[in-house]
Amino acid sequence: MKPKHELTFLDSSQNRRRVRKYFYISLVLLLVIDLFIPKHGHFAWEEAPFFFATYGFIGCVSLIFIAKVLRLLVKRKEDYYD
Amino acid sequence: MIEPVPPEVILMVGALLVPILKGRLKDFYMLLLPVLAFVDLLYMPSGKYWIVPFLNYDLIFGRVDKLSMVFGYVFVLITFIGIIYALHVKDNAQHMAALVYAGAALGVTFAGDLISLFIFWEILAISSVFLVLARKTTESSAAALRYFMWHFLGGLCLLAGIIFYVLKRGTAEFAYIGLDDPATYLIFIGFCLNAVVFPLHAWLPDAYPRATVTGAVFMSALTTKSAVYILARTFPGTPILIWAGAFMTCFPIFYAVIANDMRRVLSYSLINQVGFMVCGIGIGTQLAINGVVAHAFCHIVYKALLFMSTGAVLHMTGKIRATDLGGLHKTMPFTAVCCMIGAASISAFPLFSGFISKSMTVTAVAEAHQVIVWLMLLFASAGVFHHAGIKVPYFIFFGHDSGIRSKEPPVNMRIAMAMAAFICIFLGVYPAPLYNILPFPVDFQPYTAFHVIGMLQLLMFGALAFTILILAGYYPAELRAINLDTDWFVRLPAKRFVLFCQIPLKRFFEFLDHCVMSAVGVFKSSPRWAVTTENGADKLFHIRLASIPDIIYTWTRYLKTEIKQLSLNLTYILVPFILLLFILLYLTK
Repeated sequence: MKPKHELTFLDSSQNRRRVRKYFYISLVLLLVIDLFIPKHGHFAWEEAPFFFATYGFIGCVSLIFIAKVLRLLVKRKEDYYD
Repeated sequence: MIEPVPPEVILMVGALLVPILKGRLKDFYMLLLPVLAFVDLLYMPSGKYWIVPFLNYDLIFGRVDKLSMVFGYVFVLITFIGIIYALHVKDNAQHMAALVYAGAALGVTFAGDLISLFIFWEILAISSVFLVLARKTTESSAAALRYFMWHFLGGLCLLAGIIFYVLKRGTAEFAYIGLDDPATYLIFIGFCLNAVVFPLHAWLPDAYPRATVTGAVFMSALTTKSAVYILARTFPGTPILIWAGAFMTCFPIFYAVIANDMRRVLSYSLINQVGFMVCGIGIGTQLAINGVVAHAFCHIVYKALLFMSTGAVLHMTGKIRATDLGGLHKTMPFTAVCCMIGAASISAFPLFSGFISKSMTVTAVAEAHQVIVWLMLLFASAGVFHHAGIKVPYFIFFGHDSGIRSKEPPVNMRIAMAMAAFICIFLGVYPAPLYNILPFPVDFQPYTAFHVIGMLQLLMFGALAFTILILAGYYPAELRAINLDTDWFVRLPAKRFVLFCQIPLKRFFEFLDHCVMSAVGVFKSSPRWAVTTENGADKLFHIRLASIPDIIYTWTRYLKTEIKQLSLNLTYILVPFILLLFILLYLTK
């Protein structure tokens, strides 16, 4: 007998793809809305189209790569201090 | 008319009765304490009162204004939620330590002079040590000791600063201090250690992940936020805090991305969030201070929620490392939802509490035209979503299926999580109740199309980066490893020192011993003398001197076994001490 709770919504790869699809659609929607809203930034470039999207994406990608470099420097075995 | 008492007395004295009571009555009693403290807060008028003359100075236990009141409210609120979360715990010492700890945080909040502030500051440090010790593993005992040493260091700096300050000014009262002479620098360092300002932050990611499941909830709320309060009170508008805060928002996110222990990830994100507050204190405008206070309020609730939901996982599965977890949403959906609400709040998603508070600080930074700092905060906002917002729920509840099928946590834990989750959403949707109790009048509208879309873009495209990197396999793998932090500079020399004592120092003494014994050999010409001297030297070196390390060892061994019972004893010593202080207060009125 199969254990209970074995398969849930996210177990099917089709559903996972579907979730991702809606996620990508929402991203595109956000970019489209961005073109039509009134802007009141404190800095001029803050009002450039897609500024936040670009900054968020580049920021997070660089975050990962810097973290990978950092890991090379600071990673030690779990019993390092013992 | 009810006469209010200092709220810390209710919690601290109340803690004394906890071991006497049993079962439902004890649960009810412990929940009643924060409720009483809350009612007490409502009856406390603004102003300065409860003044006790002490030596030549006045101890002020009631400095009540809007700033201290907000922190009073939120500390009492989180104590209530924390106690519900901890109701299943049978260990009385933990309950007492938590109550005294919460009382000390209230004491710090309402202290109007540096001497009473220092007393509560130390109680805060000591009582929280027991929440780490109570985990009762070798690892946690060692971490508790290090935690204590750090706070001891901060406390000594603060004490030295206070003594200089009081001698110079002639009064122990304080309001705005500001950096101008060595005394204020020492006080500043003492405060900064508790506010986890780099490089004095390493105690937090060391101790919090090793605290007990329920203790970490209190710890995440009280120590750092009382330090934020005190910094906002004494050092607003100090330029160095702007940069210190901005740096604090950025560097922990790298550590959080590569940390394996989920509560360590949360600890780093705690530093990141306190960074926003420290930065706001550095700006020091009305909007900034409002932002700091609002953010501290929301942060306490959502950070406690995150610690509660990860703690529930640790409680049920006994595991907390990302490498051991995954796929838990199947059997713990409620905990997963609570965790995601906390994650959405800390990431400042619109309609969650982080959004209505963090944006105030960020706007204040923009209004002060600090372009680089503003960009750093924006980067940190995206980064916090990355690790606390996605990484924590993803690796625990989704990700690879670890095969663990544990049940939902006990009902008291679920109630506590539900309450915190409700507050997160309620304040996000309807911030007016929070805005009304802030220290300055609020003229701030978080929900403009520009804010909402900007923030959503920032977060969602950060999520896109996560998705792409995970799918491409570039995301840093979960590894069983630790990452060095600034405490390396303290811990490594300490370890080296012990090694130095064990090997070279011992060799050196053996060498000295050898020299002395050969010198004694010179007397061999006269056998009687030789025997007497040799016996004398033998006695001195091998019995008298050699017994010193033995004695020290016996003492420390005694301490080592004693320290396990220490929590109860010390609480009993502490509480009468505080009680005495307050009896003095009423006698002298």
